[in-house]
Amino acid sequence: MGSSYVPHAAGYVDNGGPKLVTSRFGYEDSHTLARFEATGGYVGLKAALAKRPADVHGEVREATLLGRGGAGFPAGVKWGFCPEGVWPRYLVVNGDESEPGTYKDRLLMERDPHQLIEGSLIACYALGLSQCFLYVRGEMALAQERIATALNEAYAAGYVGREILGSDFSVDIVLHWGAGAYIVGEETALIESLEGNRGMPRLKPPYFPAAIGLYGKPTIVNNVETLANLPWILEHGAAAYRRYGSESSPGTRMFAVSGHVKRPGVYEVEQGVTTFRDLFYGEDFCQGIREGHELKMFIPGGGSAPWFFEEHLDVPLEAADVGAAGSMLGSGAIIVMDDSTDAVKACHRLVRFFARESCGKCSPCREGTGWEEKILQRILDGHGRPSDIDLLLDVGDNISPGPYPVAAHTAEGLEVVPFPPRQTTICPLGPSSVAPIVSTIRRFRHEFEAKITRGDTIPVSAAPVTAGGAGS
Amino acid sequence: MTFFNSDNERLAREVISRYPRARSAAIPLLHLAQEQEGWVTPAAMVQIAELTGSTPAEVLGTASFYEMFKFHPVGKYVVNVCTNVSCQLLGGEELLEHAEASLGVRAGGTSQDGLFTLEDVECVAACTEAPCFTVNYRYFHRATTGSFDEVVADIRAGRSPIHHGAAGDDGELPEHGTLGRVRQHIPDDRRAGVEAPEDVVGAPLWLAADRAGEG
Repeated sequence: MGSSYVPHAAGYVDNGGPKLVTSRFGYEDSHTLARFEATGGYVGLKAALAKRPADVHGEVREATLLGRGGAGFPAGVKWGFCPEGVWPRYLVVNGDESEPGTYKDRLLMERDPHQLIEGSLIACYALGLSQCFLYVRGEMALAQERIATALNEAYAAGYVGREILGSDFSVDIVLHWGAGAYIVGEETALIESLEGNRGMPRLKPPYFPAAIGLYGKPTIVNNVETLANLPWILEHGAAAYRRYGSESSPGTRMFAVSGHVKRPGVYEVEQGVTTFRDLFYGEDFCQGIREGHELKMFIPGGGSAPWFFEEHLDVPLEAADVGAAGSMLGSGAIIVMDDSTDAVKACHRLVRFFARESCGKCSPCREGTGWEEKILQRILDGHGRPSDIDLLLDVGDNISPGPYPVAAHTAEGLEVVPFPPRQTTICPLGPSSVAPIVSTIRRFRHEFEAKITRGDTIPVSAAPVTAGGAGS
Repeated sequence: MTFFNSDNERLAREVISRYPRARSAAIPLLHLAQEQEGWVTPAAMVQIAELTGSTPAEVLGTASFYEMFKFHPVGKYVVNVCTNVSCQLLGGEELLEHAEASLGVRAGGTSQDGLFTLEDVECVAACTEAPCFTVNYRYFHRATTGSFDEVVADIRAGRSPIHHGAAGDDGELPEHGTLGRVRQHIPDDRRAGVEAPEDVVGAPLWLAADRAGEG
């Protein structure tokens, strides 16, 4: 037991492509230090310690490692935002994966916790970060358990803590865990939560906690998958890394494909090379839409992303291309819906999520997401009014003004509005609730209309209610 | 105010010692309280406030933001059925209906025998393994009404249901409140050390040495 190379990670599918972060997923004991050391573990850390810290940073910058949490910002550039001469600096690992459809960081934490620890150590060494907090989503009990075990092993073996591997590099890694709040995935909310507060995003600027973060000190917040790439980059070098993927998005990404495909799963895929069509229909990937059905729509980057349709199947899995087509790759969550799907119902379910998870700090989101959910609910319940469609768009416009990013239906002659949206809120949660609404109304207005059987309307841009009117 | 038993109080102090500021330990300590009692009692919040240098109201303010913390007794087993979109597409809502009928409670309620609390929850990051439910935050993937009933029957019979297909998980299913069954422990001789941020002057040793070398 323990040594055979067969898939043991639930959902992970080996597609025969390069494995930069999932190389150990096939081993049943992939989470143990013994397996990790037997398969090249901590080699990247040793390679880093042999270099000057600034050169490690340079290597990561040169690799153009894009953040894997959603925004896709280059990690090497983000690292450079730490102000000179301000100490201490902290690392916060964002393992609060909660975006609807996203399932990759949990796998990385459950299946290969040492890889994440190694990546975190490399970042700390490069930037002089003197303490690391590994923030795991509260609900992920097995991930917490595996990381705690891995940290205990790593401390005992001299990989973490005082004078790591006999060098003058010392850093503690503290396992921290949340308690159920999607918004804590936003990096400033994560820091608030780590300070023991309600997890509400901080007012910007500063836009990056690298300037002012945890305890008011420079703080790097990186996603789990981003850090998991560092051991490979340090072991093999930036040039080797750039041989995978595309010029603007090198390397691989983990994509969780869920919904109505024959073989849903988590796939490590080269960026910019594979298209959505390859991913959904390829023999090595999802093997097509489930029997007897056809594709209706798909969400390319988690619940926050505008929806894609059949005409977007040939867009490559590459942040820039997906952005130009009016959506985003986000956190690598792809949700496929076939022709049996009720678009209004799916839209309502996503909007309900954002309404539930709104932290309540900004009025447009706190009030707006609630109203969006209520209006969609009444449409589903058969109490919708003809004006509700415009009302939904109007509420959305108050959260995200102007033309909302949209992957338009070319047959209708609509213009594609590229991502990202404008927002009247501190963070993108509110605008995210607008994505499914605009997507479904643009494409499936007739489905809304079919559910709206009442004839009465209320004006969308009503005149202010007078005292007499309010009292009646 | 004493809420924590002596073992947990020692653990609480150990957890606090890992953070530059005690208040950062609020959420881990709330979990510890929930592990001891099954829910977060007012007495627990008073002691957590004392331990972290804040007020009970501040602790409640933090705790009430997070949906995993319960402020009244719940079942020994908290069953979370995901109905977010990936699960909805493959029968998550039907699974929740079945769970309601099978346990005899509506989502949000606790069964009369005090064994189960049922919740309708948001995405739990098992989207490719939909539909999915968790019991005390241990995963059960690609669920059917049949597999749900087997898990419930196992728990009622006092057997651990973890073998029913949770992701590489095994062993005993702990009662509500316990998350990871292994705790982090930093040995004293391996600890790098924690300093209050205001006490730190200058770059850490390995960076300072490197920079000195540059000059």
